[in-house]
Amino acid sequence: MKLAVCAKVVPDGTVHKRLDPATFRLDRSGESALNPTDVNAVEEALRLKEAQGGEVTIVSLGPAKAMDALRKALAMGVDRAILVSDDAAAGSDLIATSAVLAAVLERESADLILFGQASNDADGAVLWAAVADRLRRPLVSQVAALRLAGDAVGGKRQTEFGYDVIAAPLPAVVAVSDAINEPRYPSLKGIMGAKSKPAETLALADLELEGAAGDEGSRTKVLAVSPPAPRGDQLRLEDDGSAAERVVAYLAEAKLI
Amino acid sequence: MTALVFLEHHDGALQKGGLGVLAKAASLGLDTAGVVLGSNVSEIAATATGTVHVCDDPALESPLPQPRVDALAALVEQTGADAVLFAASVLAADVAAGLAARLGAGLNWDLTDVRLEGGELVGVRPALGDTVVADVAWKGSPRLGLIRSGAFDAPEESGGATVQTFSASFQDFSTAARMVEQAHEEASGPSIEDADVIVAGGRGLGKPDNFALCEALAKELGGAVGATRAVVDAGWYPYSAQVGQTGKSVSPKLYIACGISGAIQHKVGMQNSGTIVAVNKDPNAPIFDFADVAVIGDVEQVLPKLTELVRARKA
Repeated sequence: MKLAVCAKVVPDGTVHKRLDPATFRLDRSGESALNPTDVNAVEEALRLKEAQGGEVTIVSLGPAKAMDALRKALAMGVDRAILVSDDAAAGSDLIATSAVLAAVLERESADLILFGQASNDADGAVLWAAVADRLRRPLVSQVAALRLAGDAVGGKRQTEFGYDVIAAPLPAVVAVSDAINEPRYPSLKGIMGAKSKPAETLALADLELEGAAGDEGSRTKVLAVSPPAPRGDQLRLEDDGSAAERVVAYLAEAKLI
Repeated sequence: MTALVFLEHHDGALQKGGLGVLAKAASLGLDTAGVVLGSNVSEIAATATGTVHVCDDPALESPLPQPRVDALAALVEQTGADAVLFAASVLAADVAAGLAARLGAGLNWDLTDVRLEGGELVGVRPALGDTVVADVAWKGSPRLGLIRSGAFDAPEESGGATVQTFSASFQDFSTAARMVEQAHEEASGPSIEDADVIVAGGRGLGKPDNFALCEALAKELGGAVGATRAVVDAGWYPYSAQVGQTGKSVSPKLYIACGISGAIQHKVGMQNSGTIVAVNKDPNAPIFDFADVAVIGDVEQVLPKLTELVRARKA
């Protein structure tokens, strides 16, 4: 079966994330890495491939150097990488990003498209639903356990109210939660092999999407950025046996108890 | 400006998050109406206030997002709504994003506030682990917004809504996914989203049994018990109590964090709480960077004393 994983390349966990004060866009100049929860989607795709046979393609939109991070997925066992990279796509919002990914995925016509839980820089957890709508495919999100049965996919997922089991016919879009698996580490052989795997970079023009991404294709904008409101003074107590009393006095004073 | 507010319902009741957003939108002076989508939901819809558009259809029986996109798209076309607002949830996020793609509309998420500025809608969106706050807006109409859980209080009184029904046709792909099973936990005690007080536990409790210390204190305070991702994953406490990036965002008046280090994934779910009390043995725990009361001490010592003192005050 043909599997596709949509992934985002984000600033590495060790990088202090900041917004560019001129563009209000995330500064992506430092070290970058695959978004951690997208690695769970990669892992799930690899497990399905190992069980069913097939091919896994990782698809991303990002700066040209994002290909370095996508190679980690190739090292884990993904077969091909497709990166859409175009200066005109920088700053794409949800609908712009979903238009770009949908165009690539349309071309790939995968049986199953996987997403990770949420990017750790934008915290959206919304992209899959937009992509599924554009591709006119059924969607199952927040999947913590996935099962393929014939030409259908079943997912158990967490909601605010407990657990749902949802089934959908293939081709489908599934977003997995990071509780679904424990991703593997690339082997040395995998890392060496990744260098010769197909890695394609596309521009918006290759997808006939000029004007559909970046500022021009986006329908949201940032007006201003400010620091969060500071919290008040802190009451700091080393517990010498009396901390509980002082906490209760504080809460009583604040009329919280 | 006209606004539609998606009102999610569960077990025959409208969720408070949506009612809070409905009240907020109306308070801004927006021409506001609620939307309830489901099967046999007219009575539920009437428990809201003002005008509520209702699409009653068997295709909307299960809480699945895609048929709701069809219904909302039809309603936006019919009403010409300028904005569609949602209280964030697993379902609402998928509905909002699907609707954005369908209508080519902008979606801003994780909003903690909305206001009108010169007649234009502006959202407030903390970003990058809430280290910055962005004012965000939309290009074109409709403006779609997902409001962070707990941002707006539901009104004390609700009911008497005028129900207006509408119909929608459903796409084949929208109705292809189906709910096979719903195993919903019976909530014991108040849910963490509605609680004024939350006593939450993390790895620093040391062992699962020590959640009893949190439960005892929560009981005395009339509050609910929360938990971090780490302890939920470890099976110490149920997922329904999980606070944080992959759980619920809460904003109680009082949040007592017990043995919680305060990793960013947890912080984003609780830092809008009114007063934060943190108890942790580690003086360098990040939670002390944003706690109002920092107690450097052992939860096994501090929590029972707190419980006892609160109980004594009530007596």
